[in-house]
Amino acid sequence: MSALAEAAHGAAAGTAETALAVNNIEVVYDHVILVLKGVSFQVPNGGVVALLGANGAGKTTTLKAISNLLHAERGLVTKGSIVFDGVEVQGLSPNELVRRGLIQVMEGRHCFAHLTVEENLLTGAYTRKDRGKIAPDLERVYDYFPRLRERRRSLAGYTSGGEQQMTAIGRALMSRPRMILLDEPSMGLAPQLVEEIFEIVARLNREAGVSFLIAEQNTNMALRYAQYGYILENGRIVMDGEAEKLRENADVKEFYLGLGASGRTSFRDVKHYRRRKRWLA
Amino acid sequence: MDLLYKIFLDPFVQMGAAPDLLLQTLWEGLVGGVLYALIALGFVLIFKASGVFNFAQGIMVVFAGLTLVGLFGVISGLGNVNEHVAAFAALGLTVGVMFVLAVGIERLVLRPLVNQPDIILFMATFGLTYVLIGVGELIFGGEPKVMITGELFLPRGSTDWEVFGGFVSFQHIDLAAAIIASLMVAGLAVFFSKTRIGRALRAVADSHKAALSVGISLEQIWVIVWFASGLVALVTGIMWAARSDVSFALQIIALRALPVLILGGFTSIPGAIVGGLIIGVGEKLGEFYWGPLLGGGIESWLAYFIALVFLLFRPQGLFGEKIIERV
Repeated sequence: MSALAEAAHGAAAGTAETALAVNNIEVVYDHVILVLKGVSFQVPNGGVVALLGANGAGKTTTLKAISNLLHAERGLVTKGSIVFDGVEVQGLSPNELVRRGLIQVMEGRHCFAHLTVEENLLTGAYTRKDRGKIAPDLERVYDYFPRLRERRRSLAGYTSGGEQQMTAIGRALMSRPRMILLDEPSMGLAPQLVEEIFEIVARLNREAGVSFLIAEQNTNMALRYAQYGYILENGRIVMDGEAEKLRENADVKEFYLGLGASGRTSFRDVKHYRRRKRWLA
Repeated sequence: MDLLYKIFLDPFVQMGAAPDLLLQTLWEGLVGGVLYALIALGFVLIFKASGVFNFAQGIMVVFAGLTLVGLFGVISGLGNVNEHVAAFAALGLTVGVMFVLAVGIERLVLRPLVNQPDIILFMATFGLTYVLIGVGELIFGGEPKVMITGELFLPRGSTDWEVFGGFVSFQHIDLAAAIIASLMVAGLAVFFSKTRIGRALRAVADSHKAALSVGISLEQIWVIVWFASGLVALVTGIMWAARSDVSFALQIIALRALPVLILGGFTSIPGAIVGGLIIGVGEKLGEFYWGPLLGGGIESWLAYFIALVFLLFRPQGLFGEKIIERV
């Protein structure tokens, strides 16, 4: 087992290696709809971890539980604990979490459409006290995303999907985060752009030491850039492992990468096989 | 033919015949418009940041005015205090009261109702209106009060300007109202476009969720907008009451601002200003030149008529937010 995998596995909440530890959480919406049924995983300091799964598996809910944005959607963590940087996040507002270096880039980008690209980026620095260092950070974001520099004066609502995703990530960077929760960065983007976005994520991880937890449906892309992956299905983690091993795993190939071991089988066969297959005993 | 002449030609002949009267009417319309614009501004601030149509804006104007006059009474009753000192101390304290009111509304009304449909919040502002009326009457009594204009160094009297062989008369208080309103609007515009908080306010107006996700505290923003619109209400209260009295009847001006909002757009500060001026001038011109055709009294409904026409042809208002939609 590699050092990273050990860190991810063995670490209980709060060791120096673990930036984020999610322990057996349950999330209920509207007091009735049970969405997460005991999810546990860890993100090591400086790691890139992928949270994979199909539509409705609970990826977004997991991320929102961590960043404490669930309250705005009548969701509630009813069991378990989430520890970021040694502190239980349940009692902290999103505002405080951002201050502590944990920020989420929401699915579907959610830029402020009527603000310019530059104003969008500046709102990311809202929680910061060191006002003098904001301007150099803005330059740094423009260095990562040169395209945003060209569009800095246009309203974010009029920029392309890729530019909006870059704006959203850049906006998160402006808060000087130590960990970014990235929800479905590939959504609605051309494959080339997805690649570009993931390249930048890798660079940010390498150069700025930002840890990432990426929720993705695009399993192939996510496993190429992450070091470790968890697969979520129906609100449970059904599988986890190092990214390379997951990519080689026959079941993952079959269900998430669309590569059958015996060549491509007919869709009906896959469905049939899938119905019999049980992840958990 | 005769009717067509009376509608389409005669008023303009009259305007040409007595240009000084036309100027006077225009000026009075503009002054009324400034006050409409101020009230509309209070609505727009809150609507932009929280999507709530604040029905209580009208009563906030009255409440601010009453508090100012009441506090002035208390302070000058303390003994031999200079009346100007007392007036400005009362003004400062009233600003404080408006802040406490904003915090109270956020804690007791907005925070418990977060995530509820807009209509619930709208109804809550109805409730707020009657709470404020009740509290106001309890503390200050129901009878009209005289605004402390002189003590606040607001000018009285008027200047006559001789022109076109007649004269146009300018009330000094109206001039002061126009200047103060312009300063306030300019200040708000700078605040919104240049400052960190202003940017955050616009961000919240755009998307609550995204604003939360970047660490903007909605509670803080709500307190700020309600405080800002409380200040606007205070200025409106002083200026409006300077021409009549402070009384609960004033709260009806909230409804007078409605056509202004429809005309200018609920989300646009420039819209509130221009809409206010158009409605103000339109009302006066309509009343003076076309009113006699209908036996007068059209001032009270002309604004709503203009608003109705706007709703048919331009529902987002003159400057309503462009709806950005990607396909």
